[in-house]
Amino acid sequence: MKALILVGGFGTRLRPLTLTMPKPLVEFCNKRMILHQIEALADAGVTDIVLAVNYRPEIMEKYLAEYEKQFGINITISIESEPLGTAGPLKLAEHVLRKDDSPFFVLNSDITCEYPFKELAAFHKSHGDEGTIVVTKVEEPSKYGVVVHKPGHPSKIDRFVEKPVEFVGNRINAGIYILNTSVLDRIELRPTSIEQETFPAMVRDGQLHSFDLEGYWMDVGQPKDFLTGTCLYLTSLAKKGSPLLTPPTEPFVYGGNVMIDPSAKIGKNCKIGPNVVIGPDVVVGDGVRLQRCVLLAGSKVKDHAWVKSTIVGWNSTVGRWARLENVTVLGDDVTIADEVYVNGGSILPHKTIKQNVDSPAIIM
Amino acid sequence: MSLQLPLRERSNGIPGVTKAVILVGGASRGTRFRPLSLDVPKPLFDIAGHPIIWHCLAAISKVPSIHEVYLIGYYEESVFRDFIKDASLEFPNLSIKYLREYQALGTAGGLYHFRDTILRHHPEHIFVLNSDVCCSFPLNEMLRLAEEKDAEAVILGTRVPEEAACNFGCIVSDSHTRRVLHYVEKPESYISNLINCGVYLFSADALFPSIRSAIKRRVDRPRLASYRSSENLAASFHLEDDDSTEKPEVIRLEQDILSDMADNKQFFVYETKDFWRQIKTAGSAIPANALYLQKAWQNGSQELAQPSANIIPPVYIHPTAQVHPTAKLGPNVSVGPRAVIGAGARVKESIVLEDAEIKHDACVLYSIIGWSSRVGAWARVEGTPTPVTSHNTTIIKNGVKVQAITILGKECVVGDEVRVQNCVCLPFKELKRDVANEVIM
Repeated sequence: MKALILVGGFGTRLRPLTLTMPKPLVEFCNKRMILHQIEALADAGVTDIVLAVNYRPEIMEKYLAEYEKQFGINITISIESEPLGTAGPLKLAEHVLRKDDSPFFVLNSDITCEYPFKELAAFHKSHGDEGTIVVTKVEEPSKYGVVVHKPGHPSKIDRFVEKPVEFVGNRINAGIYILNTSVLDRIELRPTSIEQETFPAMVRDGQLHSFDLEGYWMDVGQPKDFLTGTCLYLTSLAKKGSPLLTPPTEPFVYGGNVMIDPSAKIGKNCKIGPNVVIGPDVVVGDGVRLQRCVLLAGSKVKDHAWVKSTIVGWNSTVGRWARLENVTVLGDDVTIADEVYVNGGSILPHKTIKQNVDSPAIIM
Repeated sequence: MSLQLPLRERSNGIPGVTKAVILVGGASRGTRFRPLSLDVPKPLFDIAGHPIIWHCLAAISKVPSIHEVYLIGYYEESVFRDFIKDASLEFPNLSIKYLREYQALGTAGGLYHFRDTILRHHPEHIFVLNSDVCCSFPLNEMLRLAEEKDAEAVILGTRVPEEAACNFGCIVSDSHTRRVLHYVEKPESYISNLINCGVYLFSADALFPSIRSAIKRRVDRPRLASYRSSENLAASFHLEDDDSTEKPEVIRLEQDILSDMADNKQFFVYETKDFWRQIKTAGSAIPANALYLQKAWQNGSQELAQPSANIIPPVYIHPTAQVHPTAKLGPNVSVGPRAVIGAGARVKESIVLEDAEIKHDACVLYSIIGWSSRVGAWARVEGTPTPVTSHNTTIIKNGVKVQAITILGKECVVGDEVRVQNCVCLPFKELKRDVANEVIM
């Protein structure tokens, strides 16, 4: 089977992290974002993966070559010379996707969930129509495009309603699809949207079905959602009793959902959790309080610091008695001086912060 | 040891007697020192480990010719009883008495009311100190100037930035002779950046006659003089109305005596180059604490904590306080009796009062932690740094004037991990959520 991952551009929404690291390589819960997807696809029997990008970071090649070897798959980078939207990239990669007649998966690279590829493929095969989109239940459908089914049919889609004012349903497009190769005939090689153009056409022909996603779903393309997605992912690991989580019997673990890379060092009298990810080679000092935060590889949190709702970038340092909160994001190699308070600061790489950032701000 | 002064000796060979008066005010004054003055009279509030008026007494005790000190105010007698008992032991060469006014008579009116007591033993000079100033009190230098010039009055002056000068009493002096030529209390327009520090030395022969003639002026001709410009005329009529209800005994040193003295008396100014600031608002206790601690540190005071990796001097820790060895304190921190500071806590530029507790890993910056208050683990109680030389203790946050210093009144509780910034918290409140730039009733 084959798959296409829509990676897109520079990942500006996830800056300042993506100023020094391509978005697919940013670690989400100690695993690069793209690897979560490659792993799940390979597990579902996918052998050919296309990454649709509109820029080509050299650093990606090294990792992709590694993954090809690790999973015994082929990874192709398909570069758009101009942005082709969400459908154009499929046409551009047609030669790979038409390699055989089997259907192919399409997914947005920013989505985290428990990827249901096997079940999705089986369901798609069972209804025999051209396409299936994964849908997820949301609490506030008025913010999204809502999927409405044909009366009396459990999965066949009747129409999409963008940001409905009145309640018409609570299932939205989750950004994961399985499509027959015939769908490629519906797409022209130009900037075009799969949601706005391709799917409505398929709906008119009665060719599009929905598939309900079990469990959590999150677009982690921006820092606030990255943190929320981290909480959801850790919660799902906890439910499964995953050995990736630090056992709650550790004296410093508070409230569970704590993932610590084995190479990280944790000081004395810390209180860590809930919902904390600590990356490789991270050093956490004594008396540190961490909650709802991500410490990326090589970062350091010194004694008595207090960190909440924050992403600490690679090789960054948080000073003693510093306090970070409210979706603070430190880029690569940032230093927060001792005793400094940062409220919702986005700190660009290689900066040193010596004064409080009292209200949310971008520090260039 | 301070320098012995070449005091002028009287004909009988005995140096002239000097007395000192500290004006302490009363409970209805000093409201700007709330919430701290809700629980302790402001003159007894501990700064750098000692009550505010202790610092005045310590300076007075270094003047060899002073043996009698009076505290004049309208607090109840019992208020100063313990302080006077302790201070009499600590300064055995001083006799300290509290003289209570039963009605507020104004700073000069109070002095006049107690003139018989003050004049007993025929003092040649009388120091008058306002209790709400924080400075090095160069009293011996003032006394020497008075002797040199045969002055009837010497005022302590200091230079402040021009834009701040109008908030104080302004002095125009002859730079050569140091004679005061003109004195105005809080002028509307800029006159001079040399301002009144609230510390005076009077010759006994000049002080009471001056007050007496001021009282006479007030009786003959109620105060009219204070309208300052035509735009202000309307306002000054109201002022007059207020004044007419004021008793003629209410005579203030600054308004009623000093400007008059400048006209025709032997009135001189001693300009201090040392630190000086007022202790008006509660927040001003933090810069005052820093200044007194730095002074003690420079003088090699033995009561300060020894510097170490976790003690950045100057730091005062009361002998009965418990500070965990991993806690980091200083600079400019005072920790009161029986206060407890937990493991890995951080305290900087702050006053921690009696019986307060700061739990492990908490961080306290530019704040006053009230008596028996508790700061939770990983909490952050924080003010905003203002220069010690600034005479303003408010800052503008989001267009609103707020206290730069965070103050927790008596028995307040800050929950674990809670952050409090630029807040004033009245006694007995519990803060469970983050707060910033607020007064919490």
